[in-house]
Amino acid sequence: MRIELQKRPIASRLFSAFSPFLALLLTLVAGAIMFLILGKPPISSLYTYFVEPLTDTWSREQILVKATPLVLIAVGLAVAFRSGNWNIGAEGQYLIGGMFGAMLPVLFNDWQSPLLLPLMMLMGMVGGALYAFIPGILKARFGTNEILTSLMLVYVAQQFVDWLVRGPWRNPQGMGFPGTKSFNSSAVLPELWATSDAHYGTIIAIVVAVIVWFMLARTTKGFEVAVLGQSPRAGRFAGFDAKKMTLFAFLLSGALAGLAGIAEVSGSVEKLDDKLSLGYGFTAIIVAFLGRLNPLGIVAAALVLALSAIGGEAAQITLQVSDRAARVFQGLLLFFVLACDTLIHYRIRIVRPRRHISQGVA
Amino acid sequence: MGVDVWISILISICAASTPLLLAALGELVSERAGVLNLGVEGMMIVGAVAGFATAQVTGNPYMGAVIAVFAGAAFSWLFAFLTLTLVTNQVATGLALTILGLGLSGMVGESFVGQPGIRMEAIHIPVLSDLPLVGQLVFGQDLIFYISIALVFGVSWFLFKSRAGLTLRAVGDSHVSAHALGINVIKVRYLAVLFGGACAGLAGAHLSLVYVPQWVEGMTAGRGWIALALVVFASWRPVRVLVGAYLFGAVTIAQFHVQAQGVNIPAQFLTSLPYLATILVLVLIARNRRLTMINTPSALGQSFVPDK
Repeated sequence: MRIELQKRPIASRLFSAFSPFLALLLTLVAGAIMFLILGKPPISSLYTYFVEPLTDTWSREQILVKATPLVLIAVGLAVAFRSGNWNIGAEGQYLIGGMFGAMLPVLFNDWQSPLLLPLMMLMGMVGGALYAFIPGILKARFGTNEILTSLMLVYVAQQFVDWLVRGPWRNPQGMGFPGTKSFNSSAVLPELWATSDAHYGTIIAIVVAVIVWFMLARTTKGFEVAVLGQSPRAGRFAGFDAKKMTLFAFLLSGALAGLAGIAEVSGSVEKLDDKLSLGYGFTAIIVAFLGRLNPLGIVAAALVLALSAIGGEAAQITLQVSDRAARVFQGLLLFFVLACDTLIHYRIRIVRPRRHISQGVA
Repeated sequence: MGVDVWISILISICAASTPLLLAALGELVSERAGVLNLGVEGMMIVGAVAGFATAQVTGNPYMGAVIAVFAGAAFSWLFAFLTLTLVTNQVATGLALTILGLGLSGMVGESFVGQPGIRMEAIHIPVLSDLPLVGQLVFGQDLIFYISIALVFGVSWFLFKSRAGLTLRAVGDSHVSAHALGINVIKVRYLAVLFGGACAGLAGAHLSLVYVPQWVEGMTAGRGWIALALVVFASWRPVRVLVGAYLFGAVTIAQFHVQAQGVNIPAQFLTSLPYLATILVLVLIARNRRLTMINTPSALGQSFVPDK
């Protein structure tokens, strides 16, 4: 038995709309099997992961908190991936963005001004963009592989921020714990409603998603992204500059990852510490693909991934399942998303081995 | 420093370089067949946890290494099935493999955290291993080290001197022509990817059974990615992979020694060195366009759907 692909004459509309849902369904089935192997009741385990977090206010707020950086990073990555620029180092750009943005409240701890928050957000974007500029310019100038350089810079950023919060930026009154002084209230993104954990970063993320969606779908720049991504040669004939696009893609995705970093620092943690790198930059890659590289789809995909992460934390307590199970889910999900996308362009046929070749029937 | 110190430094460089060398050799074969597998980090860590777990259960580190090889190959089959049978994007699928491998190993390995590992002891050949100076360095290392060195020459011979190697390179340079010649492109690529997975699995086993020997979550720490960079650095040549892996091993060990001397540089900066060195090397290599152009497999990263 063999699997054969048959190219469809035109891309299937049905599967381009439904492949993410099919992928989710397959992930749930695989998850149920995984829980069976672990000796847990599969249905109620899945319920813990994907339904229970929706039932109480605290969890719903946590989903928004976790989805916010995912949306911001994944929207930027969508532009980069669509244009054929593989920025894999968003995690590093997120960290450096958080660090740049934190510079103002850390160095001028008493400064209170309505200008402070906008400046911090801007600094976060600058930090992320500068850090992403390194793999971008190396690719545009020397043709260096951007996947490897952007990824290596993640490790460097982790070490650098670790050094800052344990060394020069450490709070002298922090009992020796790594981390800066807590920010004053004018450096903290306000909460969405009283006594909630959800903050205005969520609003920023949605606005950014809509703006980038508009750019991709309705402007010449968006057209340029698509053409250069699908056929660099055709792009050259159209007069588009692939090198400038590389720089644009890295600066934009870096800036948005940086914004995600400072929004997390200012809205959620309220100081810079050694636990900022939670892997959002990598999860956002899954979010970008699950959202079919479409900013609006990404908003939905980020909510799904955030839901599974919160569900994973709950499962650790109620089911005694390792919280790593959530990451296994995420990895499986990306696999299924990629596999289901094949259905858009190909029909899949299962063929039995041909036995009659010698008779000339084949 | 005395000669003994230098010998022990050289031996530690071998230990640091072996996992890089193995993983990079496997990836080299896969890329020579035209398949870019970014899942090296994931396959390596799956090998590391499989090897460690097997050694803990059976008490036999060699058994652990064998299982690690199979685990790495089995895990790479997932990648092969998606990219070769379902023609998914190789870059995205490789990333998925790495993410899944890190998650899966974290889950499987959770119960092994903090357990003292079982080290695969260095082999001891009477007389030879006891020779002064070179004895331990040349004749007294662990088995995986010897396998890695043998593989350099094995892979080199296979690729450039054997007929099967020629076929593999043809598939990587032009899958359309290879297919027209009656070569089963997909089968060759499957085998190349599985070989890459097996090598990465063994590389992981070296980490968890020889180099560290313990299970630490995420213990590959980017070595899979450095291995990918080494393949580019080596312009797809096995002997140059050997040179590159040992250069990186030397940088890693040098950094430990600088830290141990208590030099006034923050540890975090020294830890960043191998990663920065990788970037520097990639830039230097990319500037030499002729070298890269000649050796890059032309069909690298491209999907192939055979016509009927």
